Amino acid sequence: MGIAMRSSLRLLALGAFSATVAVSALAPREAAAQKTIKFIPEADLRSLDPIWTTAYITRNHGYMVYDTLFATDAKFQIQPQMVDKHEVSADKLTYTFTLRDGLKFHDAQPVRSADCIASIQRWAKRDVLGQKLGDLTESWTAVNDKTFRLKLKQPFAYVLEALGKPSSNVPFIMPERLAKTDAFTQVSDPTGSGPFKMVKEQWVPGSKVVYVKNTDYVPRKEAPSWAAGGKVVKVDRVEWLYIPDSATAAAAINSGEVDWWQQMPPDLIPVLSKNKDVKIENTDPLGSTGMIRFNHLQPPFNNPKLRQALLHVVNQQDYAIAIAGDPKNGKACASFFTCGTPLANQAGSAVLSGKRDLEKAKALIKESGYKGEKIVVLDATDQPIVHPQALLTTDLLKKLGLNVELQAGDWGTLITRRSSKEPVEKGGWSIFHTWWVGPDLATPALNAPLRGSADKAWFGWPNDPELEKLRDAWFAAPDLAAQKKAAEQIQLRAWVTVPYIPTAMFIIPTAYRSNLAGILVSPMNLMWNVEKK
Amino acid sequence: MFAYAVKRLLAIIPVMGVVALFVFSLLYIAPGDPAAVIAGDIATEDDIARIRAKLGLDQPYMVRFGGWLWALAHGDLGVSIFTNLPVAQLIGQRLEPTLALTLCTLFVTVALAVPIGVIAAWRVGTWIDRVVMGFSVLGFSVPVFVLAYLLMMLFSVRLEWLPVQGYVSITEGFWPFLRHMILPSVALGTVYMALIARITRASMLEVLSQDYIRTAQAKGLASDQVLYGHALKNAAVPIVTVIGIGIALLISGVVVTETVFAIPGIGRLTVDAILRRDYPIIQAVTLLFSGAYVLVNLAVDLSYTLLDPRIRY
Amino acid sequence: MSAVPAALAAAPRSVSPTWLRFKDALRRHPTAILGGVVLLAMIALALAAPWLGTVDPQAVSPVKRLKPPFGEYWFGTDMLGRDVYSRVVYGARVSLAVGLAVAFFSTLAGLAIGLVTGFIRWVDAVVMRVMDGLMSIPPVLLAIALMSLTKASLENVIFAITLAEVPRVVRLVRSLVLSLREQPFVEAATAAGTGIARTLVRHILPNTVAPLLVQGTYICASAMITESILSFLGAGTPPNIPSWGNIMAEARSLFQIAGYLILFPGICLSVTVLAVNLLGDGLRDALDPRLARRM
Repeated sequence: MGIAMRSSLRLLALGAFSATVAVSALAPREAAAQKTIKFIPEADLRSLDPIWTTAYITRNHGYMVYDTLFATDAKFQIQPQMVDKHEVSADKLTYTFTLRDGLKFHDAQPVRSADCIASIQRWAKRDVLGQKLGDLTESWTAVNDKTFRLKLKQPFAYVLEALGKPSSNVPFIMPERLAKTDAFTQVSDPTGSGPFKMVKEQWVPGSKVVYVKNTDYVPRKEAPSWAAGGKVVKVDRVEWLYIPDSATAAAAINSGEVDWWQQMPPDLIPVLSKNKDVKIENTDPLGSTGMIRFNHLQPPFNNPKLRQALLHVVNQQDYAIAIAGDPKNGKACASFFTCGTPLANQAGSAVLSGKRDLEKAKALIKESGYKGEKIVVLDATDQPIVHPQALLTTDLLKKLGLNVELQAGDWGTLITRRSSKEPVEKGGWSIFHTWWVGPDLATPALNAPLRGSADKAWFGWPNDPELEKLRDAWFAAPDLAAQKKAAEQIQLRAWVTVPYIPTAMFIIPTAYRSNLAGILVSPMNLMWNVEKK
Repeated sequence: MFAYAVKRLLAIIPVMGVVALFVFSLLYIAPGDPAAVIAGDIATEDDIARIRAKLGLDQPYMVRFGGWLWALAHGDLGVSIFTNLPVAQLIGQRLEPTLALTLCTLFVTVALAVPIGVIAAWRVGTWIDRVVMGFSVLGFSVPVFVLAYLLMMLFSVRLEWLPVQGYVSITEGFWPFLRHMILPSVALGTVYMALIARITRASMLEVLSQDYIRTAQAKGLASDQVLYGHALKNAAVPIVTVIGIGIALLISGVVVTETVFAIPGIGRLTVDAILRRDYPIIQAVTLLFSGAYVLVNLAVDLSYTLLDPRIRY
Repeated sequence: MSAVPAALAAAPRSVSPTWLRFKDALRRHPTAILGGVVLLAMIALALAAPWLGTVDPQAVSPVKRLKPPFGEYWFGTDMLGRDVYSRVVYGARVSLAVGLAVAFFSTLAGLAIGLVTGFIRWVDAVVMRVMDGLMSIPPVLLAIALMSLTKASLENVIFAITLAEVPRVVRLVRSLVLSLREQPFVEAATAAGTGIARTLVRHILPNTVAPLLVQGTYICASAMITESILSFLGAGTPPNIPSWGNIMAEARSLFQIAGYLILFPGICLSVTVLAVNLLGDGLRDALDPRLARRM
């Protein structure tokens, strides 16, 4: 062959050869220093302020760097956390709290009453339970640096429940100087008193968050149980590595590049289960629940008969499989309260859990006087839990012979469009889907979609004064047995007015390498107690 | 030529102006409300309205546009709506991985594609030519993410020669940096390589048919010298042009590659920002990309003077 | 006497030399013919979709999810139990529609704009700055941003990709017009008093057909790939309407356990794009070898 050809080929060959040598000569490296956990979180951490946003990832961040006055344990009991002892006056109007010893913020300042009061007040401006508490609060006063007092206008049975609320918004305690920030403006300084410190200089939004152990933290003596008990950190450093592509994440945990994957798509279980060094477990006892949410203001779903019609054809098993893939990770739960919590019940559930009845649905549609109005289903194709639900529901509506249009967009578009109260011709909506984590639907106090407060209600705006009365009755219930009865009443009413339809309860499994131990079973992702061998 | 360069640099301003206006207007009209995203699922409309007001999103168009331009003129790229961090800082953090990826890809691509194109032109019509062109057309026809997954499956998961994902800065060691860059560069560069190999071949063919080549060969010059010394230099202008235009292609592919290989670069930053409606980031990054594109093309145009002495500005 | 007309009748009809050259060149490029045939086959497949043994591509059935291919379901089922074979066949419609529509509209728009800017100086200055600006925004990002404007739909995808491709066509047409403008025959026409519009249409336009045709095929191929990338990033055609791109995109995380979900649409896409590219190559070589430089 010609000289020119030879020299070109020579160059190529040299390049390829040296590349191959370099690559194959390098054995895959071992993971970094022993006491660092590399963790793939459920989402990208953007905001650092768990009061300003309800995003679960920010809540998880909050559990790393902040601490709370009280916390809910695995038995749904409220336990003290930062509080050493508390007293309730005989008339139930005054609560006195005393903080534990040795509580310090990451900037070495001690935690004082003023910090706690300011934090609770800021939280109460945003959180739904906090607002209820705020309405009934007469005053907060600091008796001294370690003791403070809450005075109520009238007795409120859920003060401790509110202060120990496990999920968004969690009443985390921040330094007073930060807690004085307006509740609608972000706090971007992550100084707290929690078991981890965030290394903000190493934060790469969209990619990496770094925490180190807070060596000054004084954990409680009890065993950890959900967010209660002792928070003992057993590693030096934790890195949250956000890997958006799940195939890449699976490959990364298989190869040992990461140690712990918070939420893995159940479909990928076969990819990881062949690997002896990877364990897959369900560490979330309450899972999440999907839902079909109606627009109660606009036709056709302003008509309860049409909403009831859907109840008779929705097959929760189908939704469970569509969302969770594996039957182990998804199941039907025909209750408006998270299955597995004290208030879950089966009152009237046969309408959703019984045999599916297409004929009855069609009869109800006729009764409702449906005239072919267009139904717009909003879809967010980038949400793996919203999207399959939207497709299933659209299919069901089509089977019922209804005039339905699926409008696809992304999550950002969906949550913008759902705030529109206009008719569908003007860009409104009829149905959207979403999901809530277990703790957020467990009680009438926390279950926002179950409200009937019309204009003030959550998106969908059900107008049901009767439901609101039953909810108030629950608040007034003296003990658990009465609460359960009240919850049953609420549920029976909900089957009639159908504020939303719960679709399926699903648990997203966790995967971790076998050299990790001590991962807590909890509905929130918690990282203390975990050690790496 | 200096005057020409200055004239071109000044011409960048109206171009960037067009881009800025276009992007800003697009975002202004686009539905999608970052305030709603921020407020979260449980928020009420009041909450969203208050957040929107605090972020200044309820102001009229001219006020917001004017404010942005004013800040830009002072070198202030704004603050991210979501993370509350300065956009300049966010971009700065993510610039290095993308730059590294782009440069590695460019290097690999040009180093491989140009010789391949030369060989194909030299041996036009033979099986070598057909194979080379075949592969290059194939390179166009497979989407980047499919190629990326295939490479990852083969080299990272099956053979375990290379890491699955991530980016290691060159300051932390040359070999780790290289190992993390190989697969992404190859995946990203394939389309680019196909393009450059084709244009090299076409351009070389055109030049090789010229009389002066035959003269050089008749004079007894070795093929080496003929090919690289005479032909390639003259064929260079279109090749370099395509390299310049292809930068835009590269940036599109960068977004996908960064997503698949979890490289914390600008591509992903932008896509995330668009999906979340983090306006300050979107605006700043678009300007950045446009500026880079325009500058690269200016460099390409100026390089013509080096490659072809007939070209003078 | 009658021998002459008979001889004339017997002689072959005169054929334009361009056509002869074209046919001859095509014969020397069998790959181009192959490309054309494959493309036509795909189009036929897309049009005949309802009669090729398909079911409703949008019918979900979660209990039947992820069934493997070559069994009861020819190409298996996807994660929602939809029949992959049907989705791939119907997907041809969307992918081809995107490719062909983008090629058509961008060529048309680019031609119109390019003709005008090549001829009228002041329009040129303004429009080229705008085109430069548009061209400097990476196409994928432009498309994502435009997609976020309203709901995801086929029309919006076509519009977005077209917008990204138009500047390139404009550049091509403009450079052609600029060089043709200096040609003697154009100068002659202007001297004879022909208006700008007539000059454009009668003299310049015909000379742009060949390069535009070639460029059009490349745009078609690139548009199909861009659509798949957009789907991958979540900004493509809405997934309930299948396209080769979004079938792959939806199944991307499952490629290790259900690789067939990516394999079948991937092969179809690659083969079609390959065919279009080969066709373009052949057309380019056949129509004018000098075009190789301009591409």
